[in-house]
Amino acid sequence: MTLQSLDIKRRSATTTPSPQARQTPEIAKLIDVSACTGCKACQSACMEWNDLRPEIGHNAGRLDNPADLSDAAWTVVRFTETERNGRLEWLIRKSGCMHCSDPGCLKSCPSPGAIVQYKNGIVDFQQENCIGCGYCVTGCPFNVPRVSPRDDKAYKCTLCSDRVAVNLAPACAKACPTGAIRFGAKEDMKAHAETRVAELKERGYSQAGLYDPPGVGGTHVMYVLHHADQPESYGGLPANPSISPLVELWKGVAKPLATLALAGVALGSLFHYVTKGPNEVSKEIEDEIEREDREAVK
Amino acid sequence: MIRDPKDLSRYTASQRANHWVIGICFILLSASGLSFFHPAFFPLTQLFGGPVWARILHPYIGVIIGAALVPMFFRFWKLNILTRTDIEWLMRVREMIDGNDHDMPEQGKYNGGQKLVFWGMSACILALLASGLVMWRGYFTFPVGIVRVAVVVHAAAAIAMLLTAFVHVYAAIWTKGTIRAMWYGTVTRAWAKQHHRAWYRQATGK
Repeated sequence: MTLQSLDIKRRSATTTPSPQARQTPEIAKLIDVSACTGCKACQSACMEWNDLRPEIGHNAGRLDNPADLSDAAWTVVRFTETERNGRLEWLIRKSGCMHCSDPGCLKSCPSPGAIVQYKNGIVDFQQENCIGCGYCVTGCPFNVPRVSPRDDKAYKCTLCSDRVAVNLAPACAKACPTGAIRFGAKEDMKAHAETRVAELKERGYSQAGLYDPPGVGGTHVMYVLHHADQPESYGGLPANPSISPLVELWKGVAKPLATLALAGVALGSLFHYVTKGPNEVSKEIEDEIEREDREAVK
Repeated sequence: MIRDPKDLSRYTASQRANHWVIGICFILLSASGLSFFHPAFFPLTQLFGGPVWARILHPYIGVIIGAALVPMFFRFWKLNILTRTDIEWLMRVREMIDGNDHDMPEQGKYNGGQKLVFWGMSACILALLASGLVMWRGYFTFPVGIVRVAVVVHAAAAIAMLLTAFVHVYAAIWTKGTIRAMWYGTVTRAWAKQHHRAWYRQATGK
C-alpha cells in the first residue's frame, strides 16, 4: 500500500501526474564502509522490522549469509578479501536497493503503480500491483529486485518507507552499533560524507570518496568508500551504473513510436477503404464465366 | 450465399483449422502482450481475468502458436517461394493499392505481398518464440544481459508482426470474396481469375 503521508514523484506505467502537492525533502542513507565491522545487525534489524525470515541456506565459503539477496533478504552484507600493497584487505559492504533518482526498475515496470518513487526519493515496490513479470530485474543496474518463487511478486529494500513516513530512521540505521549507517536529509548526508572522506584521506586513503553515481541521477543509499576509484572491489558495486540502453530503447522511444505505427496502419487501412473502395471481382469477369458455363451446357 | 459446386477449393479443413489456431493465439497474444508494452493497452489484461493471469497465460499461448506454425510452415512454404513475377508485382504494388489491378502481372496461388506476409509472419513467430522463452521466468533463468536483448527483440518482432497482421487482415477485407476461403475453403472462379489468374488456369485447366 502506498503511504498517504508520502507523496509520489513517479509511478510505474502511468502517464499522468500522481498526487504531489506536499513538499518533502530528499532523504538518504549513508553507509560508511570504513566504519562497518560486518556484524550483520542491519540484516537482523531488517528481518525483524519487515517480518522476513529467509530460508536457512548453505555455506557458500564466504561470510556472506545468506549468500545473496532474496525475496526475504533485502539486505546482505558482502565480504570481499583483496590484496593491496602486499597486505590483505577485507572489504565489507552492506548491499541492497540503492533507491536511484532515475530508477530502472520503475521505468521497466508494465503494471500501473506496482513501483512508485516517493518525493523523498524512496523507490518502493507495491506487491499488490505486481504481476510477476520480472521486468524490474531487467531494468535494475544493481541486480537488486528478487521475484519470489512463492508468490511471483518482486521484493527489495523499502528503505523502511513505513518508518520514514512517521519520522523514524530505517531499521538498519537504528540497529547499526558503529554508526556506519546514517540516515537523514540527502544534503546533510552528503555534508557528513565529506568530513568522513577528508578524515580517511588524512589517514592515507587518498582515493577515498562518496559513491552517489550520477549515471542513475544519484542514489538515496550512498556509500563512503576508502577506494572510491575501485567500487567493483566491494563485492561488485558497479563503477558507472546506468539503465541499460536496451531498456531505455524498449521503454523509451519504442513505446510511442510503435503505438503510433499501429494506429497509423489501422487508420490508414480504414481511410484507404473509404477513399478507394473495395477491391471487388469485376462484373466483366463474372459475366465471362457465366457465358462459358452456358456454352458448356449447350 | 449459394454455394456453386464449381467453386474452387483453396484450403482444406485442416489447413483452415491450422490457420484459425494461429489466428486465435495471435489475438490473445496481442491483447496480453500490448498491455505489457504500453500502459494505454493495460486494460486489455481484464480479458484474461486480470494482469497476473495475463502474465501467466501469455507464454503458454506463445508455445501453442509456435507449435501451430510448424505444420503451417511446411504446408505452405513451397507455394511462397518468391519468383521474378512476384518481384515485378511488388515493384508495382502502388497501382494495386490505388485499386488498379487490371495490368498487374498474372499471379499464382499467392501474390508477392502474400508471400512476404508468409515469410514475415514465420520469421516474427520464430523470433518471438526464441526471445519469449528467454523472458519466461517461470521456467528459464538467463543472464540479465541476454534477457535485455530478448525484451527488445520480443517487442520489435511483436510490433512487426502486428503491422503485418493489420495489412494481412485488411487485404482480406478489402479484396471481396476472400474471407470465405478462411471460413469454408472455397472461392468463386471469377475471384480466382481476377486475383490469381495463373492459379485459376492451373485449377480449372483453362
